[in-house]
Amino acid sequence: MSEVKTQPADSVVAQPAENRVAWPLGIAGVVLLIAGSFLSWSYDRKILGDLSIIGNPGGLQRLTIIGAVLSLVLLLAVKGPLTSKIGPWLDAALGLRAFGAGLTLYMVLILVAIGTESDGLINVDPGAYISLAGAILLLVSSRLLPLRQLNDLSKARVAGWAEILAIAVTMAAILFGAAYALGLTDAWSFIVCLVFFATVVTVMFRTGTLSWFGHVAQRHKKVLTLAAFVVAFFFPFTQNGSDANMSIATQVLIFAATAMGLNIVVGLAGLLDLGYIAFLGSGAYVAAMLSESAFATINWHPPFPIVVLLGACTAATLGLIIGSPTLRVSGDYLAIVTLGFGEIFRLTMFNLDGTNGPLLTNGPNGIPGIPELQIGGFNFGDPHTIAGIELGRFSNYYFLLLLLIGFVILVFSRLNDSRIGRGWVAIREDEKAAEAMGVNVFGLKILAFAIGAFLAGLAGTIKAHQDVAVSPDQYIFLESAFLLAAIVLGGMGTIAGVLLGATILKLLPEKLRFFSEYRLLMFGLLLVLMMRFRPEGLVASRRRQLEFHEEDEELAVAIESELVEEAR
Amino acid sequence: MTALLEIRDLEVAYGKIVAVKRISFSVEQGQVVSLIGTNGAGKTTTLRTISGLLRPTYGEILFQGQRIDQVPAHDIVTMGLAHSPEGRRIFPRLSVEENLRLGAFTRNDHAAVRADLDAAYDLFPILGERRKQPAGTFSGGEQQMLAMGRAMMSKPKLLMLDEPSMGLSPIMMKRIMSTVTELQKQGTTILLVEQNAQAALKRADYGYVLEVGKIVLSGTGRELLSNDEVRKAYLGED
Repeated sequence: MSEVKTQPADSVVAQPAENRVAWPLGIAGVVLLIAGSFLSWSYDRKILGDLSIIGNPGGLQRLTIIGAVLSLVLLLAVKGPLTSKIGPWLDAALGLRAFGAGLTLYMVLILVAIGTESDGLINVDPGAYISLAGAILLLVSSRLLPLRQLNDLSKARVAGWAEILAIAVTMAAILFGAAYALGLTDAWSFIVCLVFFATVVTVMFRTGTLSWFGHVAQRHKKVLTLAAFVVAFFFPFTQNGSDANMSIATQVLIFAATAMGLNIVVGLAGLLDLGYIAFLGSGAYVAAMLSESAFATINWHPPFPIVVLLGACTAATLGLIIGSPTLRVSGDYLAIVTLGFGEIFRLTMFNLDGTNGPLLTNGPNGIPGIPELQIGGFNFGDPHTIAGIELGRFSNYYFLLLLLIGFVILVFSRLNDSRIGRGWVAIREDEKAAEAMGVNVFGLKILAFAIGAFLAGLAGTIKAHQDVAVSPDQYIFLESAFLLAAIVLGGMGTIAGVLLGATILKLLPEKLRFFSEYRLLMFGLLLVLMMRFRPEGLVASRRRQLEFHEEDEELAVAIESELVEEAR
Repeated sequence: MTALLEIRDLEVAYGKIVAVKRISFSVEQGQVVSLIGTNGAGKTTTLRTISGLLRPTYGEILFQGQRIDQVPAHDIVTMGLAHSPEGRRIFPRLSVEENLRLGAFTRNDHAAVRADLDAAYDLFPILGERRKQPAGTFSGGEQQMLAMGRAMMSKPKLLMLDEPSMGLSPIMMKRIMSTVTELQKQGTTILLVEQNAQAALKRADYGYVLEVGKIVLSGTGRELLSNDEVRKAYLGED
């Protein structure tokens, strides 16, 4: 086994003799994987979808085939027709190792799932064992393949159309992957499917494809954004009128939009806000109190656009009230005050019940029965049929929330690229120096705070209608903590990262309900692991990466030249 | 001719402790004025008050004949008064170029900012060579150059330097001090705060000696350099 990474790229052909068996072994693994997938994996039709039909692979078996085919591509990049073209660029051996390990884990989990869900391994058909053998062969083969020194994939240049095609293909894969994963109803299938996706992402990371894609995305930001929205837009059409996943999707979008708002406060201005959920709550309560619900306490029902403005402005005003005395002092105090503010908000909503205070919120009962949104003549409760596909109530809200999140992202990126954004960078770096540079430190901080509150209030007004009811217990501290966790997990100050973090934190608990008792434990563990292995978050803002790897001068220079290039 | 900067009876206190006790001095257009004194004499406090980072408890600060002692710090920079703070306070994780660009934060004339970037690189070629490098990786002298370059990016009429020679090698100190003269030639007025009296007074048109919050001596740089008390107290001569 050769672990040398120092061999130059052109010596690929001259492999050491002991590795002669590695490549055929890999091919054999791929063949076994595919062949096994066409056979039955289990007698039991109720396990993991239906994996019992010979010749017609079920969903998880198709994933196996996809994994096998991708492994084949990597193998052919090591030796074969693709060697000269993409061989020098891809870190194929590392990618194969990830595939080998990932697919083996995947197959083992499937065996475990079959074993536990239907009385023992007796229910496993030979097909599954064949595929498992294939995965193990692939793992062994990848261990024997030599690691090679490569050209830097991030410097690879292909035609512009090819890069855009890569974005389109990736986005389509994400759409189908998400639709497929969400369609899985049993937890085992979902977990196994997650393992597969994690494997593919790891492979992309190991081969360098991921960072290449990052650069491509950097070059075609607009195309990527557009593609992402197109994918998000088409998602409801993949659901065949089912509301189950759309309900989750709207929850995710609300959560993501709120997290993006908080990202302005935390990620851009560097202010730790531990009571952000209260701003979402104040928007929701304004919308509920002004709605036509029988329990609404204010007898004035303006049209929704006015409610939105009122809700957002109420939140922003609260933000100003909380922010103006505390933003003058240093960070820790702000965290404490906002933490307190979040609790005060909840308790106030709890007590404005007519006995302890004026009747505004119905106290712990909250305001139920909030009617569907009505904008102009469009009622958000009515299902619609477009191109033969029924879009239900949640799809309506989904599209509205998509607009909202688009708006929040627009605000975020415009701010980030503006003079205000540069001021925030300076404040984050050194407040005193920023002041001496003529940065209006207090003004910019309170601006961030107010904008963040405004956006949360905005999201709250929609949330009230979508949830049908508001009550104080929706706005507990834990929700603020989750929002913050989404930002830290995804990558502070980034758009893609926070969207990803929000999706993960909201989606996983919904799909893994049997796990709900250990939810907090899992998140805690996840955050600890993140802090240990990737403190800058899943998607790192280049600048944040620098903050966590200050000693790495090479990385620093690389990152800075990118940033300087961008500034010019 | 009215002075570019005029301080009248300035008093600054941290709570009950009065750090600057009713001092008055002025800086004329085109001059290099040095404020010298030992640790704790109130030099840095004076500068921080002028640039609006601290508020005086008494007295007036006039810049170009206008009172600025209640003007917010960020507006003072816009008026043309730049402050290169004690300890340099560069942004260590940002690159040289980003540091310089933040120095021009108050300006909107992007083309001119770019021209001034080049001017800063002309003044300090080493900054130009390393424009993409994070400033935290620099030596003390290079950081001082960056701090001065950054302060100049706001196109100030008056540049206040707080102990630019602190912690520098004699060669580097010479280099920094000759830059002060260079900037003066280009038309910038400079208020220089220093512990290193020799270096500061040699270049100064006028100087003030601050001792525990009070101005005890003043005169042209030459006069002060030859003053017996100054020689004894600050130049270590008998």
